[in-house]
Amino acid sequence: MSKITATQSRPLSPHLQIYRFTPTMAMSVAHRITGAALYFGPLLFALWLLAAATSAEWFDFVSGLFGSFLGRLVLFGYSWALLHHMLGGIRHLIWDTGRGLERDTSTRLAKATLIGSITLTVIVWVVGYALRGGF
Amino acid sequence: MADMRTPLNRVRGLGAARGGTEHFWRQRLTAVSNLPLILFFMGFVMAYSGAPFEEVRAAIASPVVALLIGFAFVSVLYHMRLGMQVIIEDYVHDQGWKVALIILNTFFPIVVGAIALLSLLKIVFGA
Repeated sequence: MSKITATQSRPLSPHLQIYRFTPTMAMSVAHRITGAALYFGPLLFALWLLAAATSAEWFDFVSGLFGSFLGRLVLFGYSWALLHHMLGGIRHLIWDTGRGLERDTSTRLAKATLIGSITLTVIVWVVGYALRGGF
Repeated sequence: MADMRTPLNRVRGLGAARGGTEHFWRQRLTAVSNLPLILFFMGFVMAYSGAPFEEVRAAIASPVVALLIGFAFVSVLYHMRLGMQVIIEDYVHDQGWKVALIILNTFFPIVVGAIALLSLLKIVFGA
């Protein structure tokens, strides 16, 4: 009678490093990373609202933090993550209908997500600065 | 093969976790509601970034604006809780840590949502 021991090495399913890196894979990873980063954004905006509900001093303080160089850098990164996750999400909603799953189409969609998110982020910031009357 | 499930269990389709497709569906539902609400909130933040205290308060005090911002927070917070739950379940295998993080993942959105909604109400009612 054969006996299976715990020390016997068992076959493992292949993991990420086995596969060739593809645009769809990169965008899948980016979707999760941007999603995780976005998790902490609502807290910042809730504190902005809280400051607006508290006093002019607090509002100026928080508003000043957001408007500082570091604040703008964080907001710039955040806006890209948001738009990227948004376009990635639209891609997922399209897939949910059973469309766009072919290899060529999904690869094109993956590339479009990245190009689209970068383009939209630049447009948003140019429009944003234009709205506030210049740099 | 004999199906050991009861007819009621089968027709409910809730599976072993008793949740069925609820998580998947709510992720999509909030994804759809996030789209217009976040676009509105982005536009709002862009339009009022750097604006003085009174101007921002006057804008938020409009019931339509306050409602849309409130809906945006609720939708986003629900969506991100579902997403973070999947990330925790995928990467945290220690049972103690997993349960602790799942609990925190429920508390955090509630706290953030409470801060946002209370602030909105305070501004709308002008207290």
